[in-house]
Amino acid sequence: MFEFCSDPAALDTMRWFACFFTTGKHQLFYWSFVTVLVLLAITAPTALAFGFGGAMAARSPVAPLRWFGKGYISVVRGVPDIAFFLFFVIALDQGFEWLRHQAFCPDWTDAIRQGNDFIVCAEAKMPLSTAPQWVHEVYGFFLAVLTFAIVFGAFAANVLYGAMNAVPLGQVEAAEAYGMTPRQAFWRITVPQMWVYALPGLSNLWMVLIKATPLLFLLGVEDIVYWARELGATVLPRFSDYPHGDWRLYYFLFLLVFYLAFTRVSEKVLARITVRLSRGQATLGAT
Amino acid sequence: MKLLTTTTALALVAGMAFADGHSVVRLGTEGAYAPWNFLDDNGEVAGFERELGDELCARAELTCEWVTNDWDSIIPNLVSGNYDAIIAGMSITDERDEVIDFTTNYTPPDPSNYMALSADVDIMGAVVAAQVNTIQAAFLAEKGITVLEFATPEDTVAAVKNGEADAVLADGSYLGPIAEADADLVILEQTESIGGGVGMGIRESDGDLRETFNAAIQSMKDDGSLNALITKWEVASTF
Repeated sequence: MFEFCSDPAALDTMRWFACFFTTGKHQLFYWSFVTVLVLLAITAPTALAFGFGGAMAARSPVAPLRWFGKGYISVVRGVPDIAFFLFFVIALDQGFEWLRHQAFCPDWTDAIRQGNDFIVCAEAKMPLSTAPQWVHEVYGFFLAVLTFAIVFGAFAANVLYGAMNAVPLGQVEAAEAYGMTPRQAFWRITVPQMWVYALPGLSNLWMVLIKATPLLFLLGVEDIVYWARELGATVLPRFSDYPHGDWRLYYFLFLLVFYLAFTRVSEKVLARITVRLSRGQATLGAT
Repeated sequence: MKLLTTTTALALVAGMAFADGHSVVRLGTEGAYAPWNFLDDNGEVAGFERELGDELCARAELTCEWVTNDWDSIIPNLVSGNYDAIIAGMSITDERDEVIDFTTNYTPPDPSNYMALSADVDIMGAVVAAQVNTIQAAFLAEKGITVLEFATPEDTVAAVKNGEADAVLADGSYLGPIAEADADLVILEQTESIGGGVGMGIRESDGDLRETFNAAIQSMKDDGSLNALITKWEVASTF
């Protein structure tokens, strides 16, 4: 990075750290913050959409749809996250490849499952094994978003289901008395009013989601905790120009500050949203 | 010399037969086990296995790409096809051989070492740290020694330093440089002969790729370049 970095062993402390903090490895660490923030920015609305769909399905008058909604909520909430992340993602990936295999290689005669191995034809690989590494990383990221959205969507569905039911029934009855159809009453009366009831639950989910990002490494996405551990680990002089002892404590302290600052900002924003949504509502938070 | 030409020819033929199936071979490694494999200052995979893998791919005329993966899930991700070979200091064991296949070993079987804060630790009554899913962890459990398992090699050493464990059992090549750099840590005289040498892990259905790498490893054994590489990185005894 800097010109004086060519011989790190001869540098004074200040310059040594300037060089140390700008190595290629550290730049990957800084990029992983971007990865995590982008993941949160995409996952949160997607999970909310999954949750909204799940809650609507669970309240549906159509029985199979209702069973699907309730089944989704209870099954996904009941499975431990780590099991979900380890097994479901591999299953999801293999599901995609199986579909592509059926479409692209109808002449294939070998078994797809051979013992422990999962073999599809080269054209069906997701992504193609010839694809550059960044395509693999984007695909892993996409799988991560989808998995997070499904898991957190189930929790959000439960929160929204409760929130929809918390809107006073008299409001909906009044709307229907004015001649609105159930669909109109749902979109015009229930949905705008339910958010204030949903917000405490959703804000909890958001906090949990922020802290769940280390699960990313199980999916092959190198997140901030992975890099903190990797960078903090002891480095011997033989293997690096910047040898140091076990500095993981300092890196994790830095992450602690980052997470606390991030959740603090989130709390402030959520508090403002609560005030905004409470206007004119018959709840304690209303002004 | 005849043997050399035969193996080279074999490698070439296998490489060509392979070209349509695997135009790019993805190599999976851990990236946290110096000197075998680690990330250098630029965040690139480096170490003994980086140089070995690049040389093997050059000899087999394959285009190879490096991928890092957590040690704990390194075998599941191989069998589900996220990469095509594991090259991560993985010892050949019967237990692993049931799930995946191995190439011939590229380092000979070497005894594992204990490292502790003092030289007079009695291993039978001690708490010993080892990395999860390693031959060392399996060995300790089998011997009835209290074993503390950790996700990364770094954690096992840290456990000894902070007193959580009395000793750590790992490959001597990993512990050696650490004991050299840290005056508090000593390598015990007691060693354990476990494992059948280190090889590359390949999917059981991928016999062609295994033969390709076997031929390339054999050609490196024959011309002495493998021994030179082992000596350069001080990872094992030579063939």
